[in-house]
Amino acid sequence: MITHLPILQVITPLMAAPICLLLNRSQLVWMFSLLASGLAFLISILLLQQVMISGVISYELGGWQAPWGIEYRIDKLNAFLLLIISGISTVVLVAAQTSIEKEIPKDKYTYFYVLYLLSLTGMLGIVATGDAFNVFVFLEISSLSAYALIAMGQKRQALWASYQYLIMGTIGATFILIGIGLMYQMTGTLNMADLSQRLPEVAQTRTVFVSFVFVIVGVCLKLAMFPLHLWLPNAYAYAPSIVTAFFAATATKVAVYLLIRFTFSVFGLSFSFTTIPLQTLFMALGLIGIFIASATAIYQKNVKHIFAYSSIAQIGYMIVGFSLSTVTGLTATLLHMFNHALMKGAIFLALAAVIYRVGNVELNHFRGLGRQMPLTMAAIVIGGLSLIGVPLTVGFVSKWYLLTALVEQGWWPIAVLILLGSMLAVVYVWRIVEVAYFKAPLDENIKVKEAPVSFLIPIWTLVIANIYFGIDTRLSVQVAKGAAQSLFGVSP
Amino acid sequence: MNISLELMLQLCIIIPFLATFSIVASRRYPNLRESVTLSTCIVLIFLVVTLYQGLSSGKSISAYWWELLPGLTISFDIEPLGMLFALVASFLWLVTTCYAIGYMRSHQEKNQTRFYMCFAVAIGAVMGLAFSANLFTLFIFYEVLTLSTYPLVTHAGTEKAKKGGRTYLGILLTTSIVFFLLAIVSTWLVAGTLDFKPGGIFADNVDKVIASTLLVLFIFGIGKAAIMPFHRWLPAAMVAPTPVSSLLHAVAVVKAGVFTVLKVCTFIFGLDLLAQLPSTQFLLYLAGASVLLASLVAMRQDNLKARLAYSTVSQLGYVTIGALLATSSGVIGSAMHIAMHAFGKITLFFCAGAILVTLHKSKISEMRGIGLQMPITMIAFFIASLSIIGVPPTGGTWSKWYLMMGTIETEQFVLMVILMLSSLLNIAYLLPIPFHAFFPKLISFKTSDKLSGTTNITEESLPSFEIKEAPLPSLIAIVITTLGCLTLFIYPQPLFDLASAILTGRE
Amino acid sequence: MIIGLFNHWVVIILMMIGLYIVIAHGNLIKKLVGLTIFQTSVFIFYISIAKVDGGTAPILADGITQYSNPLPHVLILTAIVVGIATTALGLSLVVRIKETYKSIEEEEIQQQDNEEQLTKHKTEDSA
Repeated sequence: MITHLPILQVITPLMAAPICLLLNRSQLVWMFSLLASGLAFLISILLLQQVMISGVISYELGGWQAPWGIEYRIDKLNAFLLLIISGISTVVLVAAQTSIEKEIPKDKYTYFYVLYLLSLTGMLGIVATGDAFNVFVFLEISSLSAYALIAMGQKRQALWASYQYLIMGTIGATFILIGIGLMYQMTGTLNMADLSQRLPEVAQTRTVFVSFVFVIVGVCLKLAMFPLHLWLPNAYAYAPSIVTAFFAATATKVAVYLLIRFTFSVFGLSFSFTTIPLQTLFMALGLIGIFIASATAIYQKNVKHIFAYSSIAQIGYMIVGFSLSTVTGLTATLLHMFNHALMKGAIFLALAAVIYRVGNVELNHFRGLGRQMPLTMAAIVIGGLSLIGVPLTVGFVSKWYLLTALVEQGWWPIAVLILLGSMLAVVYVWRIVEVAYFKAPLDENIKVKEAPVSFLIPIWTLVIANIYFGIDTRLSVQVAKGAAQSLFGVSP
Repeated sequence: MNISLELMLQLCIIIPFLATFSIVASRRYPNLRESVTLSTCIVLIFLVVTLYQGLSSGKSISAYWWELLPGLTISFDIEPLGMLFALVASFLWLVTTCYAIGYMRSHQEKNQTRFYMCFAVAIGAVMGLAFSANLFTLFIFYEVLTLSTYPLVTHAGTEKAKKGGRTYLGILLTTSIVFFLLAIVSTWLVAGTLDFKPGGIFADNVDKVIASTLLVLFIFGIGKAAIMPFHRWLPAAMVAPTPVSSLLHAVAVVKAGVFTVLKVCTFIFGLDLLAQLPSTQFLLYLAGASVLLASLVAMRQDNLKARLAYSTVSQLGYVTIGALLATSSGVIGSAMHIAMHAFGKITLFFCAGAILVTLHKSKISEMRGIGLQMPITMIAFFIASLSIIGVPPTGGTWSKWYLMMGTIETEQFVLMVILMLSSLLNIAYLLPIPFHAFFPKLISFKTSDKLSGTTNITEESLPSFEIKEAPLPSLIAIVITTLGCLTLFIYPQPLFDLASAILTGRE
Repeated sequence: MIIGLFNHWVVIILMMIGLYIVIAHGNLIKKLVGLTIFQTSVFIFYISIAKVDGGTAPILADGITQYSNPLPHVLILTAIVVGIATTALGLSLVVRIKETYKSIEEEEIQQQDNEEQLTKHKTEDSA
């Protein structure tokens, strides 16, 4: 059983999805999905444990030997990601049943869970697999289910957002497909480990260069990196709240993972950072992304939009850390992936609770919520403080590492800019705080109650995680550092 | 009781945080809630005093909590400067709580539970800050202090409070995260440690340009020290209820700022290095300008609390100057000034609050003749003013004396003149207030009328002679701090011992 | 060289046509058509690079020594399935967009959204 963990990780939610269709009773389906996701989470914990102890796990699918067969290859990096994805998915699912009551028609409940599980499968698959073409397949599994999930949103804008995402996402995925094809043409292999061995021999050819560019652009589209972010705000804002919470916390992380995997493992560090000026380009785009997205967030009237733009800005931080191409920089990026998942998971779940009680998340409907929904609002405030990077929250940890990485390399001005950028987060978070705590409710007669327990439990699980991992950083730092070091080939 | 000093040190920090729970639990019974707060204060003072005795007997007291990031620990260590700050803060917390009970009740403020809760958290943060063994721990408590005082500043919940809170949080967070955090990270990379060590942590051959830049980043980053141009938050925070203004903005928050400055100067840079840095000179003049300008601005304020706020900005400049002078008398003067100014300024704020709750007056121009109604309050005001100005028989004399010595030792004559000028300005903006209060008629001929804006004083507009003092708990608090100002003149010895032990190590 | 790589040229031309349609056309159906052409060009690319001159299908038979590479062909079968799913999903979205917006022109949809946004904020401001 233990040896089959890598495939079980992916196949558990995959098998659970069609079974859901058979069950077809909403309460039952929910419980079953929760069970499947919880099982995946358990597996990911076991995998991480195993990887930390005994190093890389290689699993050959169907017993076909790599590089001919498909290989699942779990190292520290993807074990970490698997943990984030399955963990967040499970926590979010706890609130799902209550949340969709108000947002999705009753006859679509089963489909919702089926799609959710397929999306989860896709993300776990992308991360677990060691085969480049397999990446594309799982990418499409997760994307197709994501389009459908987003289209389930209450408002008609959801349809339009989903359509736009579909166009952009398909173009991105097809770009990745082209890149993979070109790589195959040059090397005759699709196995990532094998590719990294063979690509250096042909590194000087134009074909490899072109394939690299296609992959990077494709991934950046999925990543919603500035200026390829246009699909993201609407997709997040109009999707059902549970879907937003799940995607905001995980989807972009998967894309960042792909970026790291392709640049560091497949193409190799020296190739990636020397053939095109990736460092300058990414650092500049990351910074611009931070400023423009944060500034846009300040002017939004819909709170989901505010945090969607904030997500784009946070991706900017990850990109800046990545662009440094140092161990500390990459550690900062990996840590921020983990930390950002916790913050945004908590915030968007809290917003789901607000939608459940208030009906929408326009900023002026937040008036007086500080009193009416104290626990939910407190969660948003703590999540916001974490976004700002206040000490004792996870946001501080990743900010500390990013700063260390920048100053270490002598990038003082960039460090100052990063810090100034994070001050913009104060502005948009505090706009919400002021409305929620200082304004009287719109209509005194309407009594808004605190969110139900099924919301509060997952929300506060994530909030406490935000604080806990901001205080006890051993696990996250150790894993992130270990993953970064192994990507650089440094023995820890 | 048989608790080790190490445990007591940790209790000092934990108890105020734990108190918040009991305060929340007892929220329905105001009397119980307030007695919880009061008993916490007393326990805290007991702990701090015991620690003080332990320190005096030469024991080294430290505690280690955990490692937040590799190499960066949350740990505590008591040294004289922190002890001094903790003593002042814990004692004044008790007094302020006493005052607050009278003030908040007679002012019928809402959300009193939240008020006492945040107050306790803030004090816990101050304790952590005072005892922190390294810059990293200090920074964490510094931020906790900022955030926990935000609800206090915006307590009223009005549009004005919201604006004030915005400025407060905006400036304090921006400076601390953009400059302070950057400086800390850089120090960590340059020096390899963040522990406070007598004599500094930088190697002798550290690049002077880098060290200079870091010093500037630190001084600007510690926004709580309110050096111009980052002083705007302090007047903005005056929208808070008076007990908050008095404890937090005359004692805890601003003193946390200058305390951090002193700590950084003496234990991160070390006086020797500090004296060699080119930026020290620049910052000295900046602090000097801050002292003088703030005094000038204070003269133009008609709102009593705003005037006191600018006076605080000015007095904080003194402490920064003392720290940057990089001589022992400068540091001693600064350390003593933290305590002396705390007692003086808190009394002034208490008086301002007392006038507000009893007579509902906040403008100086309206305060003619109130000395006849509130004699005790106004006498206290007079004595505290003397302490701020620095004339006997008040404690302020000593700290100003040492600061002057410092400027003479380092031959900073410009600064000496600035300090003297500022003292004169102190007289000009503080003394007329009690003077007006006791002699309403005489004043109508004086030139200072132009300042206060009203001219025609008729018999009818003068207040009645009926004595109407502040609520008793508040009055007691005022008397205690006033006596404190006087006592510190007569017995400055323990304070001086602590201050002079900062540089020599433990007593 | 140029003629030798003519398959690449075909692929590139198709790809550009596809992308152009996606970007330039406002009609949602036409966009999907463009997207399909774009995807198909990639399929052709995979299929053509796997073809070996003179090679046959990879079936073991006497006298045949040269085979085309079957792997990309298999891969692209998967990609085609994915492509169909995408198109189907896209078309069903268009159907629902048509139902709610009464239009499948990008500009008109955008306009409706903007107007809705404006009226909402106006009513809120007046309230």
